[in-house]
Amino acid sequence: MIALDKETFQQEVLEADGFVLVDYWSDGCEPCKALLPDIEALAEAYGDKVKFAKLNTTGARRLAISQKVLGLPTITLYKDGAKVAEVTKEEANKESIEKMIKDNAL
Amino acid sequence: MENVYDVVIIGAGPAGLSAALYAGRAKMKAVVLEGSKVGGQIAITSEVANYPGSIHDATGPTLTARMVEQADEFGAERVRDSAVSVDFSGKMKIITGEKATYQAKSVIIATGATPRIIGCPGEVELTGKGVSYCATCDADFFQDLEVFIVGGGDTAVEEAIYLTKFARKVTIVHRRDELRAAKSIQEMAFNNPKIEFMWNSVITEIKGDGIVESAVFHNRVTGEDTEIFAHEDDGTFGIFVFVGYDPVGKVFKGCVDMDETGYIVTDAQMKTNVEGVFAAGDIRVKTLRQVITAAADGAIAAVEAEKYIVHSFKE
Repeated sequence: MIALDKETFQQEVLEADGFVLVDYWSDGCEPCKALLPDIEALAEAYGDKVKFAKLNTTGARRLAISQKVLGLPTITLYKDGAKVAEVTKEEANKESIEKMIKDNAL
Repeated sequence: MENVYDVVIIGAGPAGLSAALYAGRAKMKAVVLEGSKVGGQIAITSEVANYPGSIHDATGPTLTARMVEQADEFGAERVRDSAVSVDFSGKMKIITGEKATYQAKSVIIATGATPRIIGCPGEVELTGKGVSYCATCDADFFQDLEVFIVGGGDTAVEEAIYLTKFARKVTIVHRRDELRAAKSIQEMAFNNPKIEFMWNSVITEIKGDGIVESAVFHNRVTGEDTEIFAHEDDGTFGIFVFVGYDPVGKVFKGCVDMDETGYIVTDAQMKTNVEGVFAAGDIRVKTLRQVITAAADGAIAAVEAEKYIVHSFKE
């Protein structure tokens, strides 16, 4: 998984061709940390179809808000730089993220 | 036989982890089904200051981490699995999880409770878009912005105080004209210059295109409705909801006795109406739902489960 920051986000996500999945997380978000192993497992399984990336929103708050992300965890799927699907909070679990990938990117 | 345990503990908050600690120490073969996350509600709590010994660096996550470490040290197994269905009819209890099936001589239900939602239009759609139930998760998005807190209990007021470290202004919206929170917490809130109060009020609608942009506040005394919009320069504000909890016990419905709101009925030994099935923590009918009472329940349940096994599974 690529670790994004506010310098690389534009290039790696918004200007990227194809599918990019962004895991928005932060230092204070325990549910985010609990979810990370599941996302890493999905990256193993679908990494050839979707580029997996994560953004620590601590220090990239404005960037997250510009993407209309104001709550964590949020997992967003982009295609050619545009948001195509998103799951957040209680909905953000391995099954729903996998479904989001299957429904949109496969 | 595979997956046969002395005790299967369902839930990994303070009640489940305390039960695991006591079961582990008693050399019972124990497994904790921790669901998708450990720690329960305190895992998202900014400060746990009312648990004895938890004083420095007393955040929910650090306390949880120590509880997990301690339970692990005494040999309780933990798996990331949730109960999908249970069969408590036989002497061996059967718990069907998402990943495996578990057989147990005894069961401790410690699934806890989950934050209640307001139930107004826009709330679900804008969750994670300005509406939040987790201050530690989302506080830093609201640096220098305005935040509304809905609720008047301990959690609402404590999280309001926590949010003043981030937000420009914090308004506590409460449906009554006085808070329910402990007096010491109230005092801290009243003395905090960043905290304002909106009494006798509820939020009846949350609006916004992709993120929260406005909300409608209804005054229960005057009957007046006021729509408050985010400042133009801010673009948004936060709405943090702490209006109580609902039990997480759907899976057990019809298997053990519950009250009309879905909390499980036990005696003082944490016994449910089913032999060998115990309940501990917030899922139980009780008057005080706190870390300390959850931990006590867990300890009692584990000790009683052990007694039950010794008595009922004699060779």
